[in-house]
Amino acid sequence: MIKVDVRRKAFREEEILRDIRFEMEIGETVAILGTSGIGKSTLLRLIAGIDPAFEGEITRPDKIAMVFQEPVLLPWRSVLENLTLVHPELGAEAAHSALERVGMVDKVQLFPGQLSLGQQRRLALARAFAGRPQLLVMDEPYVSLDPATAEEMLALTEALIAETGPAVMLVTHSEVEAHRLARRCLRLIGRPATIASDLATRSALLSREVHHDRA
Amino acid sequence: MNKTLQHPALVRALSFGLLLMLWIAAAELTADASVLPPPWALWAPFAKAAASGALPYHLGMTLWRVVCAFVPAMAIGVALGFLMGRVPSVDQWLDPWLVVFLNLPALVLIVLCYLWIGLNETAAIIAVVLNKIPNVATILREGARALDPNVGAMVQVYRMRPLARLRHVVMPQLAPFIAAAARSGIAVIWKIVLVVEFLGRSSGIGFQIHFYFQLFDVAMVLVYALSFIGVMLLVEALILQPSERRVRRWRTA
Repeated sequence: MIKVDVRRKAFREEEILRDIRFEMEIGETVAILGTSGIGKSTLLRLIAGIDPAFEGEITRPDKIAMVFQEPVLLPWRSVLENLTLVHPELGAEAAHSALERVGMVDKVQLFPGQLSLGQQRRLALARAFAGRPQLLVMDEPYVSLDPATAEEMLALTEALIAETGPAVMLVTHSEVEAHRLARRCLRLIGRPATIASDLATRSALLSREVHHDRA
Repeated sequence: MNKTLQHPALVRALSFGLLLMLWIAAAELTADASVLPPPWALWAPFAKAAASGALPYHLGMTLWRVVCAFVPAMAIGVALGFLMGRVPSVDQWLDPWLVVFLNLPALVLIVLCYLWIGLNETAAIIAVVLNKIPNVATILREGARALDPNVGAMVQVYRMRPLARLRHVVMPQLAPFIAAAARSGIAVIWKIVLVVEFLGRSSGIGFQIHFYFQLFDVAMVLVYALSFIGVMLLVEALILQPSERRVRRWRTA
């Protein structure tokens, strides 16, 4: 169970978030939508525990993973070490199979700088799921990828979520992504931002046949 | 330009050759070996000083002092600079000190250390260490400020252990700054060590230069100075450059 109760979050005098309250179950995927600059990433940082300076309370599980807007790898360590240093409990075999799962097993000895952006993002995904997180926080994980690569990543994410079963919180601009991955959609509006609507997405209501981007 | 003239090693050798030519020309022009002897006139005094054991002894003493000053200056400077770069209140409190010590002439610190502590080895080493710490701290403060906040957030979410963070996250980012501080540090330290020896020690290259200065023996001054430059070039080529190449490997891969 994840409980989010953010009464107020401000940077100096500027209030960014107010009265954001919701709960989610392990296994549930929630998308957070909203225009850019509204405070979606700020909210994610509070939920992930990166930024402790806010008024309110967040109950979160111990095992958290995060996929950032950038891949955020350790460029001075090899692909394999990027996995094993973050998850020391992972054996060599488990690390290899995690990389195999995202199609990176032939790249273990390379440095992240030698990979394409798509490959770097796949490594970031492998790192996120390798720890079997109870809560996975994703901050626009598919930005600046070409449509084919983004689609491939989206499918991979769907499969990994199904295998691992964490609570997923996804920030995105794309309604397509939101409707495809999430069963529930929170929309932030206003300044300070608050929750405008908490709706089940079409993927929860209909079968997932039609995806067209309304944005 | 011709391709062969662009080879780094060749350019380096030619550049050194040019400096040597300049020296020979200047020696020709002065035409007085007691003012500026030509390069080949230094061989005999060098061989004699090396054979008598005087040159190796004084070289060793200076090198020993350089090491004794380099290690604590780097350790304290790195720790201090890192703290100043990460903790704003520490930076605010220590920055004025840093400015004072950065602008205090090396000579003043050396003289004061000798006056307060006495004409001994401790005073000599402390003087050099105090001279070098502010430079190291200044460079490392920039390094600590430049740590990637995104990587910091990642490390926090995934709860990497403190030792692993230090070794695999912080140190690789600080390595270029530590290397820069070490290279500029070793160059500055050995010069200050010579001054310290010149003023108040009875061994080392600085002491020998002082001795031959009083005898107006330019050849011996050059022999001692050049021998030490040779040793420092070796340290640079055999220790500093290879270790820098190793930590930079991921950038060029």
